[in-house]
Amino acid sequence: MEKSPLLMLLLFATTIGSAQAAEFNQVQINKSTLTFAYRQMGVPLEGKFGKFTAQLAFDPARINAAQARLEADLASIDTGSSEGDDEVAGKLWFNTKAYPAAQFVSSGVKALGGNRYEALGKLTIKGRSLDVSAPFTFRQEGAVGIFDGAFTLKRLDYAIGEGLWADVGTVANEVQIVFHIVTNAAPPIKK
Amino acid sequence: MSSATRYTATAISLHWLTALFIFATFPLGVYMHELALSPLKLQLINYHKWLGVTILLLTVARLAWRATHTPPPLPETIPPWQQRVAHGLHLLLYALLLVIPLSGWLMSSAKGFPVVYLGLVQLPDLVAKDKALGELLTTVHQTLNFGLLALVGMHIAAALKHHFIEHDATLRRMLPFGKGI
Repeated sequence: MEKSPLLMLLLFATTIGSAQAAEFNQVQINKSTLTFAYRQMGVPLEGKFGKFTAQLAFDPARINAAQARLEADLASIDTGSSEGDDEVAGKLWFNTKAYPAAQFVSSGVKALGGNRYEALGKLTIKGRSLDVSAPFTFRQEGAVGIFDGAFTLKRLDYAIGEGLWADVGTVANEVQIVFHIVTNAAPPIKK
Repeated sequence: MSSATRYTATAISLHWLTALFIFATFPLGVYMHELALSPLKLQLINYHKWLGVTILLLTVARLAWRATHTPPPLPETIPPWQQRVAHGLHLLLYALLLVIPLSGWLMSSAKGFPVVYLGLVQLPDLVAKDKALGELLTTVHQTLNFGLLALVGMHIAAALKHHFIEHDATLRRMLPFGKGI
């Protein structure tokens, strides 16, 4: 029996599809980083979260199904000085005893053209949940998918640094969150 | 001939501005160091750094003045050995006024806090972030400052001795008002 052109086309599309439609969902947490940058009286400073977890599912061919969930252990913060680390664990800052983690849960991903995307979702810190959008790029190197992105939050929106620290002339309100997440594609499903 | 017996207006201004800034920066450094972390502490640390950079700039300007001018001579009544000691003390003071701000700048770099002069001009980091080096430089900065405290004490004591006990023109050469010898 002669194969119909339509069937050929379908077969072809499926082959292409399965070659490209790799879902990147195995987060390599040790290769990933979650850092932040802010200004203190004009002085640019950086810090990082030593411990965080990330669950991701991202297939560039099916971004409507993309999902992300990140959780940062706020006690693992490195502000650059031990004095600073102790301070931000306190009630006026993160109050890590009551609110040990910051969470981002995605609600969707938008394609911005090329390798640029935007993750939308809710960021919850210190009991406050706000909508955020984080532009990022996605780079594929074989079976490895690398996400790089950043967004800026206003710390006072989350009551981070209350009371005497609410003065944004000393520690700026804007804090840039920078993420670099390395994933592997899911192993192919054997039939 | 008053121009030869007194420092120039430039040199006098630079000297007293330096004195003013040292008397602000030194106690500020001691005070802020003891404070618990607060916005005030962060502000004071920044002011301290700005003052320190200002002293460094003033000192560079003063060395440029010295390189292009001859200071008015000390009164002839001062024995040569005292003149040599005075000269040595002045050299040490200039050295400390260069090295102390630099040690503070180095310390800031090592601790990972860049210096942004007046909140506007970011100075380059002199060394990479290194916690142990930062702590060592803190000790160096403090020790040099107590050296400066001792030297400034001797400097003031000598100036007052010449003015009030020996009644010579040593201090008047540097006073912002009044006549020369």
